[in-house]
Amino acid sequence: MTWWMIIRNSLRQHALSTAITALSIGLGGGLLMAIWVVNFQSQRAFKNVTGGFDAILGPRGSETQLVLNSLFHMDSSPGLINHADYETFRKSHKRFYRNAVPIAVGDNFQGYRIVGTTHDLFAAEHSPGEPYALAAGEYFIRNEKQWNKEAVIGDTVARKLGWRVNQKFSPYHGLNFIEGQEPHKDKYTVVGILRPTGTPADQVIWIPIEGLQQMDGHDAQFAGDVSAVLIQLSTNTTARAFGMNRLNAIYNKDSDHLTFVKSTADVVARLFDRLGWAEKVLRWVALLVAVVAAGSVLASIYNTMNERRREFAILRALGAGRDTVFGVIVLESATIAIMGALIGFAVYTGIMFAAESILRNEIGVTLHPFEQHPVMVIVPVGLVMLGVVVGIIPALKAYRTEVAENLIPQS
Amino acid sequence: MSLLEISDLRKSFRTPEGETQAVLDIPSFSLERGQQLALRGASGTGKTTLLNCIAGILSPTSGIVRLDGHDLATASEPQRDALRARCIGYIFQTFNLLQGYTCMENVLLGMSFGRGPDTDAARGLLDRVGLNHRLHHRPGQLSVGQQQRVAVSRALANQPLLVLADEPTGNLDPQNAREALQLIREVCEESAAALLIVSHDPMVLDQFDDCQDLAELNHAAQEVSA
Repeated sequence: MTWWMIIRNSLRQHALSTAITALSIGLGGGLLMAIWVVNFQSQRAFKNVTGGFDAILGPRGSETQLVLNSLFHMDSSPGLINHADYETFRKSHKRFYRNAVPIAVGDNFQGYRIVGTTHDLFAAEHSPGEPYALAAGEYFIRNEKQWNKEAVIGDTVARKLGWRVNQKFSPYHGLNFIEGQEPHKDKYTVVGILRPTGTPADQVIWIPIEGLQQMDGHDAQFAGDVSAVLIQLSTNTTARAFGMNRLNAIYNKDSDHLTFVKSTADVVARLFDRLGWAEKVLRWVALLVAVVAAGSVLASIYNTMNERRREFAILRALGAGRDTVFGVIVLESATIAIMGALIGFAVYTGIMFAAESILRNEIGVTLHPFEQHPVMVIVPVGLVMLGVVVGIIPALKAYRTEVAENLIPQS
Repeated sequence: MSLLEISDLRKSFRTPEGETQAVLDIPSFSLERGQQLALRGASGTGKTTLLNCIAGILSPTSGIVRLDGHDLATASEPQRDALRARCIGYIFQTFNLLQGYTCMENVLLGMSFGRGPDTDAARGLLDRVGLNHRLHHRPGQLSVGQQQRVAVSRALANQPLLVLADEPTGNLDPQNAREALQLIREVCEESAAALLIVSHDPMVLDQFDDCQDLAELNHAAQEVSA
């Protein structure tokens, strides 16, 4: 009780510097936790989005662009695979893969990408162990020879646009929505709404691929072309390696007009590696903020030592031992760090909700702010330990306070 | 056995010039339990040094300072701290109250290192000195006389065997000084604590039947004055 009384009084007397110091610790700690968790969860989410599709075939160009466009529904489309090439892949190379789903892009509705595909896409898992499921309605027709102007929409699309089953809409040309642009004449009807997947699929309006290929206003000569083919290789390791190597040889080595992405996971990993420097810089900045904040704990307590020498002398005169005043200062420093760690959780929560909202709205990836992660223990404990360590220096000064010299006046 | 026994107490300090200066040289001194004694001494005669040696704040250069059977001269610092907390109440000229703390907290702090904080007892002590309506005021919100009364309450917080008072009325006007002195003597008597007061104020010294001249006790002071 006594220690807390002394600490509470000291913190109250230096409320402003205590608050600023705790805030700066909180900022550093919160940033550190948020950067760590956002990086971890976003990497995991991005890697999961490849769920089921090991490889991609697309027009010649950047593998990253192909993956971003085909799986994450971001970036521009690198072009088209012409109908003949697609048919060759489908018919002549079928033995090298287990399943292939074509997609075609090029239209949007108010910025939400319209992706033409086949019903087979919904048979795949959007994340490991998690198949697509309908929240309302049904999937569009299965038979590729007979298709209707139907659409299945992702959860975000439904929520943001307030759409329900039977909603009718006309697509706009292009991947980006341009204000004032005239829509296509075709009218589509929403027949199904997907359950939330926490993936970019939530932001997509899915229509039968023929619907996109033959949409009013699209050039008829490209009607059979596709933007990319999402591929599931064999689950058998040997067959998988064989298929991957063969397709790699056919498209990447023996010809030069298509690109075969042999591992979507590798592309995502490489992408994160390339972005890794930014994450490292952010992490170092946050670490620096935390260390500077810890230094400010040291400075703020150390600077009060001179004015508090008399206080320590009085406490010593009342019977407090040197170890007591030492402990009080260390605990005071730790208390500021604990306050900082608590503020850090508030900062972390704020950043996570902001990041979650941005990532969900912009990319469709869902973060989980309250999901447990070791860093949420390591950082606060580390901050408190740092508080204890930096408290030792002023505590030593308090420890060395000589009572007789600091009790005034002397007669 | 006397409550306080001093024999051959010497305390010297090293001057900035590197010379050793003897401040205390007291061959013999004692104080009985419950005794109230005033020591007369001008400034610089080692009054505070003597009280600090008795309180265990300073360690004597040589000699014996025995309080309630414990030799403070040979005790370790933690032992002296514990003995001071348990057996000694100290009243300072400038009161040395902790400014950020309320009256109640100042008294509770006084208890903390001795018998432990006791809110009821602290309230009772402040009530005894007439400050029951100022429990949650800080020293800065009190008059000088009231601050002295808080200091008295704090000195008695651990039911000490000995109360040391270093020029306790030095900062008070004559009226407040008389009242404060009366109060200190009364509360010490009520709690059966011995009182050793050092002062150069004739008004204070006149109040005591038992009064000694520190210059006569302290041979070092005699050398300085000679």
